[in-house]
Amino acid sequence: MAKDVGLHNRLFILAAVLAGLCLAYLTLGAHGDWGFILMFRGQKLVALLVVSAAISVSTIMFQTITGNRILTPSIMGFDALFLLLVSVLVFVLGGQGFNMLDPRLMMALTVGLLCIASVLLFGTLLRTSESDVMRMILAGVVLAVMFRSLTAFVQRMIDPNEYAVVQASSYARFSQADTDLIGIAGVLCSLALAATWKMRSRLDVLALGKVAATSLGEDHLRGQRIALLLISVLVSVSTALVGPVAFFGLLVASLTYLVLPTHRHAVLLPGAALVAGIVLIGGQLLMERVMHLTTPLSVVVEFAGGLVFLFLLLRSFK
Amino acid sequence: MRPMFLSLLALALLALVSMFAGVISLLTGEVGVAEAWDLFRDSRWPRTAAVILTGASLAVAGQIMQLIARNRFVEPMTAGTGQSAALGVLLVAVFLPGAGIGEKMLLASTAALAGSLGFFAIVRRLPPMQPLLVPLVGLVYGGVIGAGVTYAAYQADMLQYLDIWMNGEFSGTMRGRYELLWIAGLAAAASYLIADQLSILGLGEDVSLNLGLKYHHVVMAGLVVISVVTGLTVVTVGMIPFVGLVVPNIVSRISGDNLRRSLPITAISGAVLVLVADLLGRLIIHPFEVPVGTILGVVGAVIFLWLMYGKGRWVA
Repeated sequence: MAKDVGLHNRLFILAAVLAGLCLAYLTLGAHGDWGFILMFRGQKLVALLVVSAAISVSTIMFQTITGNRILTPSIMGFDALFLLLVSVLVFVLGGQGFNMLDPRLMMALTVGLLCIASVLLFGTLLRTSESDVMRMILAGVVLAVMFRSLTAFVQRMIDPNEYAVVQASSYARFSQADTDLIGIAGVLCSLALAATWKMRSRLDVLALGKVAATSLGEDHLRGQRIALLLISVLVSVSTALVGPVAFFGLLVASLTYLVLPTHRHAVLLPGAALVAGIVLIGGQLLMERVMHLTTPLSVVVEFAGGLVFLFLLLRSFK
Repeated sequence: MRPMFLSLLALALLALVSMFAGVISLLTGEVGVAEAWDLFRDSRWPRTAAVILTGASLAVAGQIMQLIARNRFVEPMTAGTGQSAALGVLLVAVFLPGAGIGEKMLLASTAALAGSLGFFAIVRRLPPMQPLLVPLVGLVYGGVIGAGVTYAAYQADMLQYLDIWMNGEFSGTMRGRYELLWIAGLAAAASYLIADQLSILGLGEDVSLNLGLKYHHVVMAGLVVISVVTGLTVVTVGMIPFVGLVVPNIVSRISGDNLRRSLPITAISGAVLVLVADLLGRLIIHPFEVPVGTILGVVGAVIFLWLMYGKGRWVA
């Protein structure tokens, strides 16, 4: 039990650090009307918190059901698929139809489509290559390339005027999160997180692999499908808010395993969300307020995360 | 000789179609003979030639890269060489804005060479029992360099130029703006002179040395060809993914691995693939165009997946 107490203490420390960073984010370098500042920054802060929770929890869950700590949903093309669906919807509905639709209805529609597509596609991929992780990762990476090219293709087919609607969502941008969608994204994200929290013990069992999980009475296939659904919702939320981020989840998940050396999801899931919040909000503070850099944090995170990925990949075969 | 004959026939037919496909019809008498001739000389022929040269040299470069890496799933454009070349062009554009085409070419190729040396330095350390790890590392390595390029472009406020180099297309090809590709074509053709040596490379370092091959010299020669082809392609038309990957794979299934016999077929098939993709791009949303890089990103990925999962796949 002593170890558990240690882990919980670490969780508390992480939470305290995150709270401090949030406070700093809201107040540091503020001049003028406090009501406006708190409103404006508060919205951004909520968006960043939602995004970091969504990305980190979905990554941990994905790594659990695939039994592999190198994979992330976006390496396997989840967010590329999301952007493809958005482009196809704009193409089918036309820019005007797209803009006339309530953004919340739009969001619900794309989330639904992504859920169906990902369970069909990745569910099949996971099952057919259970024994061969390398083949599955490579297939996922190639699929991601294909989704991106298809998105570019559909975007070319779209009227240039309507193209602007899609273009806005194709780059990761942490500093200008789409605050219109905050409401629906927050609700979706909370629901998915609650469902994930509820299945935390099942995730512990699923992490043991198919054979052990089945002999413990867990329906492996069903658990995997539910997890894929939840991951789809979380990835949709984060992609809709800030655009695609390839390696952020990997960076955060690796950090979490370092800080919290455990296999229990009751600790890992909140821990990952806290670590992600600290990296994202701390990084944003550092870049925007302290160093006054114009470089988007996303580029730095992509670069660092990519290096972490290469490192993990090379180390795992030593 | 049959595959050779068939691929040449396909190439000739497609080239003919390519010369006559365009917004202005050359056959219906829409323009006079003199004008038609100008159009042909300034736009149609350069474009067709550029497509053929690019396709052929990229396929050859891919074949050489696969032999050096001893892995069938790598190619320069997705394993960091193309991204490094783009980095080279970007650096020239930022630090030597007045640089001529010669300097651009040189720096892009040098950067491409450095990028491929880095890739092979990593690949050397990978376990030989994991064949799919090599392309995966290549894709991520390319992605990391790509992120670096994006970062540099963002800092220098050159993101819009980056798109030109990162996504290949032939719509801007005109007389006077594509001739560098002949050098790429020559470099690829020159590799036929060492076709036998390159074939032996595929057997690995130990066997090559045992057979009396100057292994490191041949590897270096191969890398130079790859870098020149990639660098020049990125400078003139931009990155075109998957050509170097899928063409050598399919050709080797039909014609085997003896480069002296199969390399010409690889080159011709590469040209055919890119011609088809370019024609598709020109026809789908006529009179507008879809970049050939986008078309091949989709088509190439599908073929790649088929190579991985289809019947008689290479890696068990």
